[in-house]
This record gives sequence, C-alpha cells and structure tokens, in this order.
Amino acid sequence: MSNVFELEHVYKTYKNDGKEFTALKDVSLSIKEGEIFGIIGMSGAGKSTLVRTLNRLEEISEGSVKYYDKELKDLKAKELREVRHSISMIFQSFNLLNQRTVITNVEQPLRIAGVSRKERKEKAREMLKVVGLEDKENSFPARLSGGQKQRVAIARALAASPKVLLCDEATSALDPKITGEILDLLKQINEERKITIIIITHEMSVIEKICDRVAIIDDGELAEVGEVKEVFRNPQSEAAKKLVFPSNPFDPSDPDGRLIRIVFDGLEASEPFIANLVETTGQKVNILSANTRSVGGIGYGQMVLELPKNKEDQDTVVSFFKNNGLSVSEVNREHE
Amino acid sequence: MSDYIIQTIQKGILETLEMTFFASLLSYIIGLPLGVILYVTSKGRLLENRIVNLILGTIVNIMRSLPFLILLVLLIPFTRFVTGSSIGTVASIVPLTVGAIPIVARMVEASLCEVQPGIIEAANSMGASPLYIIIHFILPEATPSLLQGAAINVATVLGYSAMAGVIGGGGLGAIALQYGYYRYQKDVLWTTVALLVIMVMLIQGIGGLLAKKKRKV
Repeated sequence: MSNVFELEHVYKTYKNDGKEFTALKDVSLSIKEGEIFGIIGMSGAGKSTLVRTLNRLEEISEGSVKYYDKELKDLKAKELREVRHSISMIFQSFNLLNQRTVITNVEQPLRIAGVSRKERKEKAREMLKVVGLEDKENSFPARLSGGQKQRVAIARALAASPKVLLCDEATSALDPKITGEILDLLKQINEERKITIIIITHEMSVIEKICDRVAIIDDGELAEVGEVKEVFRNPQSEAAKKLVFPSNPFDPSDPDGRLIRIVFDGLEASEPFIANLVETTGQKVNILSANTRSVGGIGYGQMVLELPKNKEDQDTVVSFFKNNGLSVSEVNREHE
Repeated sequence: MSDYIIQTIQKGILETLEMTFFASLLSYIIGLPLGVILYVTSKGRLLENRIVNLILGTIVNIMRSLPFLILLVLLIPFTRFVTGSSIGTVASIVPLTVGAIPIVARMVEASLCEVQPGIIEAANSMGASPLYIIIHFILPEATPSLLQGAAINVATVLGYSAMAGVIGGGGLGAIALQYGYYRYQKDVLWTTVALLVIMVMLIQGIGGLLAKKKRKV
C-alpha cells in the first residue's frame, strides 16, 4: 500500500509580537492509503495545527509534507486548490453556511469544481442519502441537531469524491450516543468508499472505536505512533500511558505501594485469573480499577492492581500474569 | 396651509425619495466593493494586504470625519463638473453619494467581520478561490447583517438629503428651511419634520423586516 501523506521533520513556529511559539517540533510520520489514522493529544498539543499542514491551511516552517509524493509547499495557489478538491475536511463547529439550505451546502464543493447544476443536485441528493438525511434537503442548518449538522458536513465532504477525509475534533461537540453514530458512519465510509480518514481528537474512546493506527502528540512533539491495539496494550510514552490508563483509580492502601496495570483481551477474559492467582501462588492483590473497552471491535479489559509490600511477592504476582499471557505495565502515580 | 404649500410638499416628498434612492444606490455600488476590499485586506483575512488596507482605510476615515455640511460646500466644483449644475435635486445626489460611501464601506466591513472564520476555513479547505469565497460564502452569510446596515445607511442618506437644502438642493429639507426657518411658518416646518420621521421609520422597518426574513439563524 502506498502512503497518502509523508511528513518529514515538520516544524511549525508562530511569531507573535516578537514572541515565538513552536506548535510542532520535528514531526515525522506516514499515513497509509485506506487506513483510519488517529491523532490524539491534549488541547494545545498541536494536533489541529498538524492536521492543517496536510491540506496546507497551515504553512509549515521547516520540513516536508508530501501528498502522494507531491511536495505540498511547492504547489502554486491554483495547484493547491486542485489538490484540496481531493482532501475534504469536517470540523468541530460544522462550519455550514447558515443562510443556505442543506442541499446547497452539500453542493458547494461540486460547484467549486465546476460541475453542472443538474449533476451536482443529483450527486448532493445521493450523498444526503448516504448520511441518512435525504428528507432534510430543503431545511436550513439552524433547524438541525448537532449530529445532523455533522452528517450534512460529511455529505458535503464526500460530494467531491475525495481520497482523504480530515476530521478535526468532528465529534467533540456531540454527546456520546451521537458520537458513536457518527463514528460508525465514518467507518462505513472508510470501508465502502476506500477513503483514507484522519481523525483528530482528545478522546481516547474515539481512537479505540475506529482507528487502525494512532499518533500521540504531546507538546508539539510526536510521542508515539503505532497500531491502536499495541498502544493500548503496551503504551511506551508517558503521554500514551496518561491517555490509556484509567484516570480515576481508587487510592492504594499504601501511598508508596507498587501499582501495575494488566490488560487482557476478550479470550482471556473468560479466565478467572485473579482467583487463579490466589489459588496458585497464595498472593493477594488489591483491585483499584477495572474496566472493559472495545478497541477496533475487540473487547479488552484492564485492571489497575496494588501489589503486596514484599518485593519477592510482587515478582511472583507479576510473573504469574506474564506467564498467563497478560500484558503488564507499571503505573507511576503523580504525587501531589 | 395653502394649496401651493401642499403641492410643494408633495413635490418635496418625491424629490427626497429620488435623492435618497439614487444616492443610496450609487453609494452601495461603490461602497460595497470598497467595504469588501477593506475587509479582505485587513490583518489575518483572505487577501491580507497592509498597504492597500492602510491607504483605503485612511481615505475612508478622512472622508468620514468631515462634517457633511462642509463636504457639501467642498464638493460644489466637483458637483458642477459631474452634473453641470450645483443646485437642484440631481446635483444634491453627488455630495450625498460621496458622503455616504465611507459610511457604507465601514458598515459593510463590520457586517462581513461577523462571518465565522470557520466557514471561510471550510471554503478554503474545499479549494475555493478567494473570489468564490467572497461571493458564495462571505456575502451570503453576511446578508442579514448587510440588510440591517443598509436600513441604517438609507435613513442616514435621507437625513443628509434634508441638509442639502442649505446649498440649494431640493426636497423636504429645502422646504423646511425656506418656509419653516426663513418665513417662520411653523406648520410647514413641523409637517416636513413629521414626514421625514415617518420616512425614516418606514425605511428602518422595511430593512428590519427584510433582514429578519432572510436570517435563518
């Protein structure tokens, strides 16, 4: 599979009143054709800037961004507009024309591309059908709910038959149920239309639900890139751990006790391994947090455990879990 | 009031409407593009250009700070050059237009500033050209606000048209001045004033109604 985007050593520095602010530091990554690629980070981490370098809404300060081997910064204004016809974008605030009907909104990219009136009406209707809003074509956006507005925005984004869909916090303004529906729709679009999707979010649940790979951006730097399953199972960077680990475990009985996080997938979940641990080794652990998550359609469970005080006992417990195929990682608590 | 006065007032109404209509129309033909240019060339906008913005902005500001009465007098030679005369209804349209242009331009600029930047970003992401974005994204989104601004501008032109009576323009203003002020005919004065008030209210009302009908948010 070829790469849709290839970023090499991308830097972005803003200059404001003589002060410099570096939004992106030495970011290198590649995005493959047909995948759903997630970019996650805290607000202000630079992820919105990063996604805007992909269609050159943001000019980079240094480095290279290639789109199908085309260097974006070398394009002239007209060539860039041509490229943008194949890279659609949806936004957190939807950005629909409020004074225009739904169908006129959806027609916009076709009109820009010079498609005839009849043809673009047809295409716009077809796209509204894809997002399930064919009965709303003459409504104005103000009459629609947030989820419906985002569906219109998706229809608009698809109208020009793009190769890539950029989603900038597309579900952040929506409630969890609607978020789920929109993500299902994006997944369906990815599968049926073979469109590469790049999702910017601050919510790990969005990444877990539909992304194939994820990049974690922390303070303008790329902290980690990998398969979502791998990052969930065994996060390497501090930023990744912060996103993946449960955010609110109970306090351990001993403030300096050693904590570990274990992850098991759907298959292992049928084993009563905590009971097994006690039976086989005689060691007891304190469960501080436990939950299940669906990552890429597979159920995963994770637990945060407080280990016994004794170092040898701790090792016994850890090796028991490892021998049973669970992934184990240390949890470093932040002392306040 | 005598029949003659009533006829004069009737004629005055038509003249006032004529001046207001043409001066408003002409000032929008020039002021609207000027407002668009002021908007798109300002900092962080679509076609940022500091020099163009500074020059046009300064001219507009100077024109706006001139009291209209002074402008009327200053423009007499220009008016004579354009219309062949410096008195009468048609001649008054020239200074009215010139006086209204900077107001229209600034009002248009303010309306366009209300358009959410996200909508322009979306248009850019679709590969739209700057001209397309102005015509199909910015102007339609700003239409309700532009209509509200237009109502204020037309009412202002109407008010200015009354002032044109001082230098020999026609309309209700001239009647108020000649009969009401110079001849102490209070009834004529108050009638013309009442008519002007009604006309301003009508313009404001129609403008507001149009804007409300257009606004979908």
